[in-house]
Amino acid sequence: MVRYISGRVLGLVLVLLVTSFVVFSAVHLAPGDPVTFLMRGRPITPQTRAAVTEQYHLDDPFFTQYFKWLGDVLTGDFGRSVQFRQDVGHLIGDKLPTTLWLIGYSMVLICVFGIGLGIISALKPGIVDRTVLIGTGVSTATPAFASGLVLIAVFSRMLGWFPSYGSGSEDGFGGRIQHLTLPAIALALTFTGLLARVTRAAMLDELGREHVEVARSRGVAGGEVVRKHVLRNALGPIVTVIGTMVAGLLVSTSIVETVFSTDGVGSLLIRSVTNKDFPVVQALTLLIVAVFVIVNLIVDLLQPLIDPRLSLTQSTKRRGAS
Amino acid sequence: MTAATATAAAPTRRGATARLRGIAAQGPLFTGAVVVLVLLTLMAIFAPLIAPYDPNAIDLGNSLAGSSADHLLGTDQSGRDVLSRLIFGARTGLLGPLLVVVISTVIGIALGIVAAWRGGWVDSFLSRTMDAMFAFPAMLLAILCVAMFDAGLTAPVIAMTVAYSPYVGRYVRSVAVQEKARPYIESYRVQGWSGWVICTKHLLPNIVPSVLAQSTINFGYALMELAGLSFLGFGVQPPTADWGTMVNEGQSAIMKDAFMPGLAPCFAIIVAVVAFGIVGEGISDRVAKREK
Amino acid sequence: MALLEIDNLSIALAKGAARPILDEISLTVEAGEVVGLVGESGSGKSVACRTVLGLTPEHAKTGGEVRVGDNDVLSMDRAALKQLRAKQVAMVFQDPRASVNPMRRVGDFLTEGMRAAGVSKEKAYARAEELLTEVGIRDPKGALKRFPHQFSGGMLQRVVIAAALTGDPSLLLADEPTTALDVTTQAEVIGILRRLQAEHGTGMLFVTHDLELAAAICHRVYVMYAGRIVETRTAEQLFAAPRHPYTAGLLASTPSLEEDAEPPRPIPGRPVSLAENPPGCAFAARCAFAEDRCRVETPVLKADDGGAVACLRADEGILA
Repeated sequence: MVRYISGRVLGLVLVLLVTSFVVFSAVHLAPGDPVTFLMRGRPITPQTRAAVTEQYHLDDPFFTQYFKWLGDVLTGDFGRSVQFRQDVGHLIGDKLPTTLWLIGYSMVLICVFGIGLGIISALKPGIVDRTVLIGTGVSTATPAFASGLVLIAVFSRMLGWFPSYGSGSEDGFGGRIQHLTLPAIALALTFTGLLARVTRAAMLDELGREHVEVARSRGVAGGEVVRKHVLRNALGPIVTVIGTMVAGLLVSTSIVETVFSTDGVGSLLIRSVTNKDFPVVQALTLLIVAVFVIVNLIVDLLQPLIDPRLSLTQSTKRRGAS
Repeated sequence: MTAATATAAAPTRRGATARLRGIAAQGPLFTGAVVVLVLLTLMAIFAPLIAPYDPNAIDLGNSLAGSSADHLLGTDQSGRDVLSRLIFGARTGLLGPLLVVVISTVIGIALGIVAAWRGGWVDSFLSRTMDAMFAFPAMLLAILCVAMFDAGLTAPVIAMTVAYSPYVGRYVRSVAVQEKARPYIESYRVQGWSGWVICTKHLLPNIVPSVLAQSTINFGYALMELAGLSFLGFGVQPPTADWGTMVNEGQSAIMKDAFMPGLAPCFAIIVAVVAFGIVGEGISDRVAKREK
Repeated sequence: MALLEIDNLSIALAKGAARPILDEISLTVEAGEVVGLVGESGSGKSVACRTVLGLTPEHAKTGGEVRVGDNDVLSMDRAALKQLRAKQVAMVFQDPRASVNPMRRVGDFLTEGMRAAGVSKEKAYARAEELLTEVGIRDPKGALKRFPHQFSGGMLQRVVIAAALTGDPSLLLADEPTTALDVTTQAEVIGILRRLQAEHGTGMLFVTHDLELAAAICHRVYVMYAGRIVETRTAEQLFAAPRHPYTAGLLASTPSLEEDAEPPRPIPGRPVSLAENPPGCAFAARCAFAEDRCRVETPVLKADDGGAVACLRADEGILA
């Protein structure tokens, strides 16, 4: 078990190293010399040239540059944002809460409705199941900007229930909820459909198993059979899929935040690309990949808790299979 | 030997009528989705003939007109005909994902078959690399590429192709590993056929249908993501008519309570993606049934 | 009054089948009695067994009655079924690996039936420990905390048997309880099942494809073919002098260890599938004694000396 975990952590570090290398060398891969690339469209004075050269250690050999830059990154120094003339780390720190609120809110929606619809659809074959399947089929095919726009058109413009922009960070909890409800739904829609489908498939798989019938044959009530046998055993694929959704969620956030002009990390990424502010793009790319691999490591480590059979390592063999 | 080749190739050599009947047998949903895709393709190809107006003809005096007999879907803020832009938008809307899916499928098949056929360190190296690339979402890679190079269709298409290839590759690898374990492959090897011939003549035809199903579903995802990039202003550049850019431009119209310019391209995207999903799943059902 | 009385039970699938799964079968199990139900796969024996718990195939049409005590299982509501399953009838399934949820502890499995019947947690665990000792599991306290994959198949089947006895059922259904186990553990599990059945005075319906095993442990045996009961009598009688050609065929098809025994002779042909419904006697196509009328006239179960048989030619001494 310890060997397994250390192996996985090593793999994670490797992926992050490769990612950081790709993200760093992008400065050199891009057309033009690094300083001009980093300062695209802005006047380059001797002072700015010196500052950029120092930040990226551009006078050193390539690999030295990388390791020095990596050292800076590991201490939280991502350089200075060109557009905001501000420390990238602080900039991200300021915008992060809004994005975390948005992702957290939408994660709650995804789990509640995704798993809920999946369960209903698995337990009620026929018209209910078919309706859910059609609904999830459409929702997974709806890109976040499209659902965002529809939501703005209906709930903001036509009905006027929710504001169409802003993060509501000044108005406390209620303000956040009011401002983030439409973005959270837009963000959640695609993933809810996906989770519902995975939940349904996993539930149906378990429903057909004999131990479920055995539990029924022993007089265990229907709801309890579903909770303690069917849903319990279907948790594995459900948790796995939630883990893999994180990457998509982080990227979709940038679209949703752009649609709703929410002042978070996602819209910062888009604005930085548009304004050619590469240090911010570098930092956010690294951040997203890091979050994704860490979440997936956690999901993998959770699996043995969900399925006790997986906690056996190769060294401890099954006791006599017969 | 000849008999074996004939049976292996048989499913792909079928008459057009049998094919049509096969499509109809899949159910009305599948048939409907196929019809939608065919219509979309025809629309993209014959856009200049079908579109009632020049998609770029600006008429500022007729800005944000509602739907009328002249303009079925109304006009946008510059007074351009939304329907005509929608029809022309199918061109970039379908071309981008087509490039991504075709190239990534070819690369993925090559990677997957090499990994499965060679095994050993080649397999573990390729598999690990593909697994590591899953940490990089396609959209993120595309955004990074746009930040490095310039906005436009090229950088996103290349980035998405790179990001999609490992998905195809891993899928092909898993199918090819199963296929390779089957006795018929072993018997060809015993007969002394070269690995290249077995792979291209026997392994490949047997895995192509299921890969095709996967690629059809991927087409929908690629369409969605490329439209997203165009929406963000990173993909197709205005004033070219494209569904993604139309949504972007339509957003400000929505604030003025004119919904059609923004929602019509949204609807087109959803319909196309749903259709690709249904067709892809339909094909994969058929492949699964044939396996039985 | 019999413990279990199945009376003209018929079960037919709503569509896609040419013949009913069960065609008017009747059988009884008295208190404390072990009754065998024997047949090849697809004969309907497992379906009959499950019906006693009210577990009928989905969308199936049922006819006849299945009485446990005074009540007809087929007309029970949900609450009554729950009572029946928790307190009166329990079942031991074929494959312990499949019938125990691999993700929950053995203790959860043993106690869930009792908890469903309203027993307190402490009492349920105490009782589970007691029963694990009875089925011969060492360290029962520790066993309760372990997961199913930490047990061997034979040990896990003992756990399943213990679980079946938690509600002190008056009737135990055993659906091929040893088929999934290897030969050496089969005898142990059968021994435990038989001992506990005798100690607790439980009636048992033992479903198996192995006629010899049934004859060895049962008081009476019913033989099924294609959804019908074709012969029934006491185990000794059936073993010594079968009167239906199918019963005789089953006996001849099991290898014997005795030195002068004939080599096993399999029954030719294959069982009747649900998609076919031959007229006359369903076994006629595979029967060495079949005449023309066997393919036209359907034999009915007729009582004879100490049992009953459904064969048109039973009285002709064909098997003598």
